[in-house]
Amino acid sequence: MTDARDTVLGRIRAALALAPTPATVVPRRYRTGRVLPDGERLALFTDRLLDYKAEVRPCTADRTAQVVADVLRDHGARRIGVPAGLDPRWLDAYDGDVSPDAADIPAPRLDALDAVVTASAAGCAETGTIFLDGSPDQGRRALSLVPDLHLCVVDLSSVEAGVPEVLARLVPERPTTLISGPSATSDIELERVEGVHGPRTLVVVIRKDV
Amino acid sequence: MSTFLGMPARPPRSPYGTGNLRGDEPFPRAAHRELGNGQLRRNLGKATTTIRTKRLNVTGELPDWEALRDAGSAIKTDAMNRLPELLEQLERKVTEHGGTVHWARDGAEANEIVARLVKATGSSEVIKVKSMATQEIGLNEHLESVGITPYETDLAELIVQLAHDKPSHILVPAIHRNRDEIRQIFLDRIPGVDPELDNVPAHLAAAARAYLREKFMATKVAVSGANFGVAETGTLSVVESEGNGRMCLTLPDTLITVMGIEKVLPRYQDLEVFLQLLPRSSTGERMNPYTSLWTGVTPDDGPQDFHLVLLDNGRTAALADAVGRAALNCIRCSACLNVCPVYERTGGHAYGSTYPGPIGAVLTPQLAGMHAADDDPNSSLPYASSLCGACFDACPVKIDIPSLLVELRHQNTEQSGTTPEKLAMRAAAAVMKRPALYTGAQKAAGLGRLVAGRDRTISRLPPPFAGWSDSRDTEAPPRQTFRAWFASDEGRAALRAAADEHDGSHAEHDPGDGRHDPGDEGHDHSHGEGEKK
Ligand code: SF4
Repeated sequence: MTDARDTVLGRIRAALALAPTPATVVPRRYRTGRVLPDGERLALFTDRLLDYKAEVRPCTADRTAQVVADVLRDHGARRIGVPAGLDPRWLDAYDGDVSPDAADIPAPRLDALDAVVTASAAGCAETGTIFLDGSPDQGRRALSLVPDLHLCVVDLSSVEAGVPEVLARLVPERPTTLISGPSATSDIELERVEGVHGPRTLVVVIRKDV
Repeated sequence: MSTFLGMPARPPRSPYGTGNLRGDEPFPRAAHRELGNGQLRRNLGKATTTIRTKRLNVTGELPDWEALRDAGSAIKTDAMNRLPELLEQLERKVTEHGGTVHWARDGAEANEIVARLVKATGSSEVIKVKSMATQEIGLNEHLESVGITPYETDLAELIVQLAHDKPSHILVPAIHRNRDEIRQIFLDRIPGVDPELDNVPAHLAAAARAYLREKFMATKVAVSGANFGVAETGTLSVVESEGNGRMCLTLPDTLITVMGIEKVLPRYQDLEVFLQLLPRSSTGERMNPYTSLWTGVTPDDGPQDFHLVLLDNGRTAALADAVGRAALNCIRCSACLNVCPVYERTGGHAYGSTYPGPIGAVLTPQLAGMHAADDDPNSSLPYASSLCGACFDACPVKIDIPSLLVELRHQNTEQSGTTPEKLAMRAAAAVMKRPALYTGAQKAAGLGRLVAGRDRTISRLPPPFAGWSDSRDTEAPPRQTFRAWFASDEGRAALRAAADEHDGSHAEHDPGDGRHDPGDEGHDHSHGEGEKK
């Protein structure tokens, strides 16, 4: 028996032989390599995030710990999870329980957390998107997914103008999650409901001077 | 293999009698029934109008939208041209990163592979991310038949599954249901649901969240589709909104992804085009809430056992058609559905296939054939269109759906001997309040395309208006697309006059016309012969 792989590849070659077409050159006349000043990127990124109903807290690096603590307090988050590589100084002002994550912690235990605090790999201003890539300060994907509040710290220097610019920063092989606001559905009579399975609240702390 | 003078064998369609690529009845009859569903039409009208407006806003704000469409179209065409090498590269990269790649000649084979993989884990349940490929091959039905319970986790798919229903729209599959129906479905079918549950969408979504959360935490195997598979890196992608995709792609031990072979992209960089085109065209958002990108297996993060099933199921048959092949470029955004006057009236069920609307009308016959049986319902699909061209204008990868429809009508006429006029008239009578105008439009467009060749310009009015326009020395619509001409005052006036005249002389072909005022929003269409076998 010819195996399915050979059969399918054989069919494709046959199809291309039956209907040959000339080679195609991809025109890339769309915008790439855009550079926007800090102020514009911050304004655009913030505008998009607010449009998605995310909460935005701009700050300076020296205020990180205070802002993180304020957000967690405002949302009543008493037990939080953090990736093992998160900068511990970010939690200096927080007085709740902090559980550092580990690969063998089962998902139901993450469900018992009030919130998760992570860093981020990059951001995209034009679409209001945050990129997580599983680096030690962002943790495994389950950690930033299961808890109901995600507080994500984004450095303005990592926020690019558009999609081509930000994708160029990524390492393709890393597990990458693009987040644009809290989860949402419009499946019932097209009425938008924020918060289905992912975190129902997304708070983005933008550090303007990093 | 007996090939004559080196001519390669034509690849087979999706096998007859399998999967969900064929309805039980021809489009006109199914459409007629669906038109009686006022709920469906109201919901659809609201949905398509809303999404259309949002889409125009977010595509209009990008100054390089047309350049992105050109790039998207060319990337897909390039990928189709190089499909064998790209799939082999994808396979190599996924394998290098710890995944296992399987190939499936058709849906039945894919179903068996998935069932075998699930059984090997010892699990009798799977959680599923909304996926058109698995809907196409009837995976859920197959899994159930071998004792595996699939749980759909997309809210709309969950509603459809709980109600033993079929999706009616690519993007919002339960758009034919209203909140009261959904509440009742949940009360009847979700074990342990709060009996006090009301019909507020946020509360209904919360009920689904609570029900599925437990499944996400406990189920060991997930099945997904893929929006894109990058050959260069072996990276797969799922684009979604609710987070159910992230749950399925992240929490289970085993992930099985079923991907049509046409979803492969050459380079990682190509995502920069499609991650702009898809969300803006699909939901009308600048970006969808969540996109997951993963490459094989990542130690200590997500499923440690990953399988990719590459599915043919008629795709190579479509690839063997130089014109029809373009339908494989589709990225399933559903923009063409939302702008289609025929879809807006009939909804998705009338098309009988997993793929409804304009793209379904060209993709389904190519994947599954139009003449697999006597009176194959798929042979009516190429006529389920007025060829107005709105789908082409909306398509982010610039698939010229009207030209593809015309090509399929050709092929159908050649094979069946039925006159296209008759078939088009039936579709028109079933769908439109003013069939003559509709038919006039489709004729002018379709035949105009034939007159003018495939450059989509019309050199003169085609029959039956040819004589009419010749004798009146009407200015022929010169050197512009039919759509542009149709949209002009001149075009509208000429067509209306022609259609009226046509009514008078061909009334017997036109059972529906004249009974409904253009302003009549009633849906009591009684069209007589058009719907009969
Ligand atoms: S044919 Fe084009 S517009 Fe229609 S669903 Fe596919 S990509 Fe979208």
